[in-house]
Amino acid sequence: MNVKAILLAICLPLAAAAQGFGGLGTNAAGFAVPTPGYAFDFPADAGPHPDYRIEWWYVTANLTGPDGTDYGVQWTLFRTALAPEAGDGWSSPQLWMGHAALTTPTAHYVTERLARGGIGQAGVTAAPFAAWIDEWTLAGPDNAMQMRAAGPDFAYDLTLSAQGPLVFHGDNGYSVKSAAGQASYYYSQPRFGVSGTITTPDGDISVTGQAWLDREWSSQPLADNQTGWDWFSLSFDTGDKMMGFVLRQLDGASYTSATWIGADGMTAALPDGALTATPLETHQSPGAKVPIEWRVELPARGVDVTVTAINPDAWMATSIPYWEGPVRIAGSHSGRGYLEMTGYE
Amino acid sequence: MTRAGFAALLSHWRRNPLQLFTLLAGLALATALWSGVQAVNAEARASYDAAAATLGEGQFDQILPPEGQTIPQDTYIALRRAGWLVSPVTEGRMNGVRIVGLDPLTAPGGLGPVQVVDGDIGAFLSGRGQIYATAETLDRLGAVANADLIVTPDMAPGTAITDIGFAQSLLDMHDEITRLIVAPAQPLGRPPLSDIGPDLRLQAAQSGSDLGRLTDSFHLNLTAFGLLAFAVGIFIVHGAIGLAFEQRRPVVRTLRALGMPLNRLIVLIAAELMAMALIAGVIGVALGYLIAATLLPDVAATLRGLYGADVSGTLQLRPAWWLSGLGIAVGGTAVAGAGALWRLARMPLLAAAQPRAWAMAAGAGARWQGFLALGLLVVAGVLAFAATGLVAGFALLATLLIGAALALPVVLGAILRVCAARARGPVAQWFWADTRQQLPGLSLALMALLLAMAANVGVSTMVSSFRLTFTAFLDQVLSSELYVTADSPEQAAALVAFLTPRTDAILPIQSAEQTLAGYPAEVFGARDDATYRTNWQFLDAAPDAWGRLAAGDGVLVNEQLSRRASLAVGDPLDIGGTVFPILGIYGDYGNPIGQAILNEVPFARLFPEAVALRFGLRIAPDQVAGLTETLSQDFGLPRDQMVDQAGIKAFSLNVFERTFTVTDALNILTLSVAGFAILMSLLTLAAMRLPQLAPVWALGMTRGRLGWLELLRAVLLALLTTALALPLGLALAWALLAVVNVAAFGWRLPMYFFPLDYLRLGGLAMLAAALAALWPARKLARTPPAALLQVFSHER
Repeated sequence: MNVKAILLAICLPLAAAAQGFGGLGTNAAGFAVPTPGYAFDFPADAGPHPDYRIEWWYVTANLTGPDGTDYGVQWTLFRTALAPEAGDGWSSPQLWMGHAALTTPTAHYVTERLARGGIGQAGVTAAPFAAWIDEWTLAGPDNAMQMRAAGPDFAYDLTLSAQGPLVFHGDNGYSVKSAAGQASYYYSQPRFGVSGTITTPDGDISVTGQAWLDREWSSQPLADNQTGWDWFSLSFDTGDKMMGFVLRQLDGASYTSATWIGADGMTAALPDGALTATPLETHQSPGAKVPIEWRVELPARGVDVTVTAINPDAWMATSIPYWEGPVRIAGSHSGRGYLEMTGYE
Repeated sequence: MTRAGFAALLSHWRRNPLQLFTLLAGLALATALWSGVQAVNAEARASYDAAAATLGEGQFDQILPPEGQTIPQDTYIALRRAGWLVSPVTEGRMNGVRIVGLDPLTAPGGLGPVQVVDGDIGAFLSGRGQIYATAETLDRLGAVANADLIVTPDMAPGTAITDIGFAQSLLDMHDEITRLIVAPAQPLGRPPLSDIGPDLRLQAAQSGSDLGRLTDSFHLNLTAFGLLAFAVGIFIVHGAIGLAFEQRRPVVRTLRALGMPLNRLIVLIAAELMAMALIAGVIGVALGYLIAATLLPDVAATLRGLYGADVSGTLQLRPAWWLSGLGIAVGGTAVAGAGALWRLARMPLLAAAQPRAWAMAAGAGARWQGFLALGLLVVAGVLAFAATGLVAGFALLATLLIGAALALPVVLGAILRVCAARARGPVAQWFWADTRQQLPGLSLALMALLLAMAANVGVSTMVSSFRLTFTAFLDQVLSSELYVTADSPEQAAALVAFLTPRTDAILPIQSAEQTLAGYPAEVFGARDDATYRTNWQFLDAAPDAWGRLAAGDGVLVNEQLSRRASLAVGDPLDIGGTVFPILGIYGDYGNPIGQAILNEVPFARLFPEAVALRFGLRIAPDQVAGLTETLSQDFGLPRDQMVDQAGIKAFSLNVFERTFTVTDALNILTLSVAGFAILMSLLTLAAMRLPQLAPVWALGMTRGRLGWLELLRAVLLALLTTALALPLGLALAWALLAVVNVAAFGWRLPMYFFPLDYLRLGGLAMLAAALAALWPARKLARTPPAALLQVFSHER
């Protein structure tokens, strides 16, 4: 029996139905819990919150090569705490997991790292901002952030430059995840300009494009009866953006939430039921059968689009497997974005 | 009909319980020795496998610190932050248990404590201390403060696994790492190892410390012993089955005359044999378990001492081993009985019963046997010159032993013929003629004795040669009286300054990893000192090798490198871009990789980064204790950084004593089997010999005298066989040393002779034969005259 598998089975249980996806539905005893009316404090809140059970720094980027080919890049650092304390040395209860992926229309490269907190192998500092696991980094000021990762068969080295303000989801960053009230703190930087180089087995390619950073932390963001989610970050050619997610429940019902981010800088949170997402076509990707074409509707903003995966096989074959990849948008709006689907078997 | 036939066949054993005992005991003994040895081997292999499975030993590349040092944890983090996917291991010993601390998050897949399913992984990681080991290991470890001891049967013996954080505090090795396991897949864009840890070295998987390979020679010896013992046992079984078949010919004739079909008869006899094989097999496996359980602690101690391999001292029952023991008993019986069944199938329906036909037929086949033996020995002779590989080496052993065994009756017959021709006087003439007449009946037992003796001579010559060579090699390698190790270059410099006025000579020990002639090797820098000139012996060397080495004019290489790369004295060797002529080749036993020695001046030029941290100190032996004390008191060097030569030697020799215990035990066991074979042959022959002895008695020889002559005959035949076994054993030793060892390990041991050992072995063989003959001779001496008289009244 592999320790790693056991570790993950215990800390981050795989969608055992009653436990929710990735163990996010487990009890939060001893950990801090998000409450409404939280006053965000920067730069401190860019750093880790060890008294919360889980937290992530999550970047997805839609990139274009010199020949117009679409690429997608993901850089993610997860923090999981076994106990609500920072700790020092090997006995620190903070554990870190990194996922990196590079998606081309025909290939999907993915790799994973695990690390203990407290020994310097992985961590996040708020000021100056730096998030790292092994040689992977996401570090630097907002206007010149370096994002690097590598696997056995791919690498990327990108510079991110913020082109707009932070966006706070839900009630000023208090993002409710179920009718029972489970919630997380959730904000994003949806407008990073990107330039740099990606490396595939065929060589280096210079790319430019847009990236989206999600920051979220909580101790129990899912209800027990929620099994997974479908998450969309859509950037329309009009300059408007939309974040929306559907949390699927055991009984077939779902809980939705969306944020409209206008080109003018205005944001609006849209309540449960405002967003609908309907699978149009499913595909047997390497790990599970997943919808790779969706009809996404947000009638309040006149959105009725078809969202299609650029590479239907963007399966993240990591300890906790899921689907994550770049998408194209057509219909009432056109554009590009990212789709994440969890809890499929 | 079938039942009646079966009862008739079985009645033979009821009338001849001794034969039944011979058959069962021979088979059981053979199975016991074979399966005992196999059990020991299997236990050791299982231990290596468990170590490899739980610790990744041999499976993955490793990064190691300089000898005697550890890797700072900061270096580990720096490697990870540079993109090297390595996993830290901190290990040490506590109460004789190897404590291995792992980081389960970075360890390559599959490593780590097995079956932690019920464990709390949070507790494993938290530093609260979970220790996984077998119950035996946990007992040895004793209570550990703040730790949960968790019994895990699949763990390697003598090894306990815990979290690296807990291991560091347990072993008092804070922020220290013993070695790094390198994951098989590494990301793009890694800088070279030397950029981050210039003093670290990368050791490729399956090189250097692969226990399986290192310990192969030991297991090879055990297996050879087991196989020979089994072969001897099968000789006994073959003899017993053959005799029983001949004696049962009247029964077979009667049964067939009564209408029992031949096929059914064969099936019945085969079933009878298989039943006996299974009974004997079960007894043999049980005895084998006892043998293995008795030997295993010594074997475990030997392996730990010689190779640092942890092997469980207690035996586990493995189903595969039980089955293979039974399998070999059944297979052996099938081989031994096949010939008899074949003859039965072709026997004319009404062939006369010939109780002596079995022995006579053996005599008639002697000529063919002689030709076959000659052919096999010729093949062995050719192989002796041509054989180079391991397979050819074993073929040589097989042809030599089988050829010699087959030749034995022919050679003994020839010797007896010469003796008979020279005999004067009627008693002497009768004695020699009768001995010749008896030879076919005894030849199988004598072959068994020959093989047992030869194996003992061969293996003990090899082991003793190894001991002598290794002791001399230890004297050569450990020529300094005291060895000290410094923590750092600064401490090394201070040590040298401190020691210079207090010692006769300080010999730095410095080495560098290098690929030589395409093989992984290490290069040593040696100071020119009389120590080397007086102690080192070369297998081959140019004139004034030491003088030229001192002048930086060449290099010395070990035998492994010279054999693998086909290098001879005078050949050029490229070391780090400079070409040196080879000045000498030295024996280097127990070291798996190549080695070369340069003078310290060219060494320092080629490897400027190598720093000597270990030093050999020459002082008068009676001053060692004083210097140790001074170093500890005045210089403050910890005791564990000093090793005195006498200590290492005593330890190494102690290891050999344990090896010898095992060899001696197997010697006595195989000879006992051979003695048993002789006893059984004599006992079965005794009854049939009465008609031949009765006329001699009638002519006036007393029964007592007849008994003495019987005893004398057995000892004489044993003496002749032993005399023939000696050259065979020496040939066997030569084949093991010069062919098998070279193929298996890359070095050739010089062969030494041990006449006293051979005398003692010969004495044991004679004793075994005499003891075996004592009972039949005594029985003969006390045969009632009526029984002898009855011979004349029998109608035959």
